[in-house]
Amino acid sequence: MRRIYAKEEVCIGCRLCEIHCIVQHSRSKKIIKAFQEEEDRPLPGLFVEESGPVSFAVQCRHCDDAQCVAACMTGAMRKDDQTGAVTHDADKCVGCWMCIMVCPAGAIRRDLEHGKIASKCDLCGGEDTPVCVERCPNEALTFEDRGE
Amino acid sequence: MTISYLTDDYEIVRDESKCIKCQVCVRQCANAVHSYDDESDEMNSDGGDCAACQRCVTLCPTKALSVRRRATEFRQNANWTGPVQTGIVKQAETGGVLLTSMGTDKPHPIYWDNIVLNASQVTNPSIDPLREPMELRTYLGRKPDSLDLDFSDGAPRLKSQIDKQLKLETPIMFSAMSYGSISYNACLSLARASQAAGTFYNTGEGGLHKDFYEYGPNTIVQVASGRFGVTPEYLEAAAAIEIKIGQGAKPGIGGHLPGEKVNKAISETRMIPEGSDAISPAPHHDIYSIEDLRQLIYALKEATNYTKPVGVKISAVHNVAAIASGSVRAGADIIAIDGIRGGTGAAPTVIRDNIGLPIELALAAVDSRLREEGIRNQASIVAAGGFRGSADIVKAIALGADAVYVATAALIAMGCHVCQKCYTGRCNWGIATQDPYLVRRLNPDVGTRRLTNLLRAWSLEIKEFLGAMGVNAIESLRGNRAHLRGVGLTDTELRILGIQPAGD
Repeated sequence: MRRIYAKEEVCIGCRLCEIHCIVQHSRSKKIIKAFQEEEDRPLPGLFVEESGPVSFAVQCRHCDDAQCVAACMTGAMRKDDQTGAVTHDADKCVGCWMCIMVCPAGAIRRDLEHGKIASKCDLCGGEDTPVCVERCPNEALTFEDRGE
Repeated sequence: MTISYLTDDYEIVRDESKCIKCQVCVRQCANAVHSYDDESDEMNSDGGDCAACQRCVTLCPTKALSVRRRATEFRQNANWTGPVQTGIVKQAETGGVLLTSMGTDKPHPIYWDNIVLNASQVTNPSIDPLREPMELRTYLGRKPDSLDLDFSDGAPRLKSQIDKQLKLETPIMFSAMSYGSISYNACLSLARASQAAGTFYNTGEGGLHKDFYEYGPNTIVQVASGRFGVTPEYLEAAAAIEIKIGQGAKPGIGGHLPGEKVNKAISETRMIPEGSDAISPAPHHDIYSIEDLRQLIYALKEATNYTKPVGVKISAVHNVAAIASGSVRAGADIIAIDGIRGGTGAAPTVIRDNIGLPIELALAAVDSRLREEGIRNQASIVAAGGFRGSADIVKAIALGADAVYVATAALIAMGCHVCQKCYTGRCNWGIATQDPYLVRRLNPDVGTRRLTNLLRAWSLEIKEFLGAMGVNAIESLRGNRAHLRGVGLTDTELRILGIQPAGD
């Protein structure tokens, strides 16, 4: 399946991927409105890890054998047969955080503002290029099928 | 210490109605112009060190930022202008030579803008380059005085031995920019784009990083006064060798790469200790005459077994024609001439702005002189120094150049906004810096693509020019000054340029 890959050697740590992810998952999908007016703004589904000059965006690997799906007791975490994307249903989530415990990539975070919702990448639907890849100013993110 | 009397050159205008406080500007400015106060949840911008490089403006996702010249006006004065006063204040506070980078920003005349090109009408047909083949291929190097042919087998066979030539698919090369003055990724982009476009880039005097040896067939290596990184392998790896005598932005001045920029990779490539200043002397200490130059040219030819052209790069100075003639007679296969508008990674401002000749006049003078002396075929001429687009290039070729070198335009293609702060090593675009935080900002894949696009676009435009003039090969335009006319030039300027006034 097509996955997002980070090229750490050209990640510039600007965090525009996080910003555009938030916009894409906001109600209005309009950047200024999402940040200035919408109060229930979601967390970004990916986040930039930094250590000194090295940085790169960490996001869900959408594992074939997704541990988070196996660990989820309510079925909130689900792997889509069609796109391969691992998605999260906020309505079913009870906030046990087992997904966070088992995630090998550390790609799931608690959304404390919204209570029990786990926040993670949903590949923006999985069909078109995800917005973080599309908007990365230095092409440090790619969306491709590496046969993994 | 008392306060500085300097005032800020630029100010940031932040449209609060658009700012989303995402702090991209904070993270992208190496000059620490922007900051975020989390106590008051406020974005602040202090124009102090703003170089107007446009990095924050370009990356701001809501277009909330603009950079403007600070509104403060110096009292109007035609002599004591703001920049003049600022220069004096800086020197009064530091006691130092004012440094700058890139080509001069003074309004030196750009003769290209006073030269117009010809086109075909009625009596000679123009050519549509989209429908008919158009030849831009250019060979640089020594051409024989005459061609001897052997007809003994019936079909003619070339008897003369032709010296090794550089084959360019377009008459545009990237001029010398050293690894050190620009980043690894910038060098890599130039090398890859040269390979893709079938042309050449020049290493400058910084040696050749081991990773770039694979681009050797598209590389011109420089031997400059500091001899940095010059080894048999370095010479062997290249397609051609260039002896750098001078640079348009700083004729008569050597180079200076500050120790802060000399990291491990650069120290290995230049063969100097890490952290030490890389100072190249003003002259080559083994070249004090044309005869000495001949010795070095032939030493390099011997060292490479006469397998590659050896060129000489000089800056355009008063006796440029005589110097070029001497260099050709000394054995140079290519003469590169760098005009007063040529760029640099670092130079004293007064030197950059006041020494040298416009490339147009120097090029015309050199081409005329070599023709008069009957030695024009012995060397190719490469013109450099502030070429802004295909029109300048076409005019230069008609004026007598075989090819041109471009560098500033290449940097702009990679993101440079000509802020003239290369010498600080804090290039926000990741080009003229070695800071590990900043160099990653130039993705070499992106850089290569943008440079390749630029070469392609200019080449297409050159073909359009040729078609309009009714010629189908750049060779038919080369040195053909009948295609040029001067507008608004004095008789003396027209005489030196060797062109007629428009209307004549």
